[in-house]
Amino acid sequence: MKLLLILAIISILISFISNREKTMLGIKKGLIMFLRILPAIISVLMLVSVVLFLIPNEIILEYLGEKAGVLSYVFAAMAGSVSLIPGFIAYPMSGMLVNSGVSYPVIAVFITTLMMVGLLTLPIEIKYFGKRISILRNLLYFFGAIIIGVLVGLFY
Amino acid sequence: MKEFIIKNKVNFAVIISFTVFIIVSFSINFESGKTIYNKYFFSFLKEMILLLPIMFILIGLGDVWINREKVEKHIGADSGIKGIILVILLSMAQVGPLYGAFPVTYLLWKKGASIRNIFIYIGAFCTIKIPMLTFEIGFLGWRFSLLRMLFSIPFIILISLLIEKIAKNKPFEIKNP
Repeated sequence: MKLLLILAIISILISFISNREKTMLGIKKGLIMFLRILPAIISVLMLVSVVLFLIPNEIILEYLGEKAGVLSYVFAAMAGSVSLIPGFIAYPMSGMLVNSGVSYPVIAVFITTLMMVGLLTLPIEIKYFGKRISILRNLLYFFGAIIIGVLVGLFY
Repeated sequence: MKEFIIKNKVNFAVIISFTVFIIVSFSINFESGKTIYNKYFFSFLKEMILLLPIMFILIGLGDVWINREKVEKHIGADSGIKGIILVILLSMAQVGPLYGAFPVTYLLWKKGASIRNIFIYIGAFCTIKIPMLTFEIGFLGWRFSLLRMLFSIPFIILISLLIEKIAKNKPFEIKNP
């Protein structure tokens, strides 16, 4: 966390030295984006806090915990494929799931499919890439996500 | 300002009700309310409060410095590894959901980007864009984020190469619906 902040501050400084005006414009743009999204972030954090407090841990762990074994990966991949949750909601949720005892590899599968596989957005995708390539892309990433999860698990 | 409030009316309603609920919980010593605040809400807010504004400033700076038109010239069919690196860097600086990336791929296609680079763009856009990574690091930690990124990038490149190969078997184009 500290490292991230230091890197960010160094980049801002470099940008400022190279071009003051551009930097000020960028900072303004960024802060406006931040303020626009802030109410959504805070309210989502609040809702997720309440929901996770209400859902018993056992239910979550039955499907996504170690007890479910290999199936937990498949459940996570399916959940990620059918959901349409923006990142700023998915991450607090994932963080809380980890606190509840869900393992990091399972979270990696969920996050990857959530971002890469879109069952609900497939009709939109087909309009751009056609049926063949869209379905292929989603299938490849569905299985790819599970492998990525397993690999993360080997090192975590 | 008025428009901002109207657009966020649900969010503000949630924020106000939650705040009232927490204040009441603390004043009457309602344990469940206190747990929701301490164990869940506050522990996450604390992590994000400093990180988020700085990350959004970085996104703004990326927006100002990165000239998409300049990048577009270097990601064509014969762009090789340099094209792959450029397209990954470009996608990392973007914001928005998956379906927001499709129109961009059409633009890239029109400008002559290779099929491979277009699918790398989609992949990298989805999984390693900086705004998302900041959330990921904040909530799940460096170790997780780096590992996931490290394993995702080779998969994105591999899958994109495979898609390019298969797409070329038949006439392929990206349409603008």
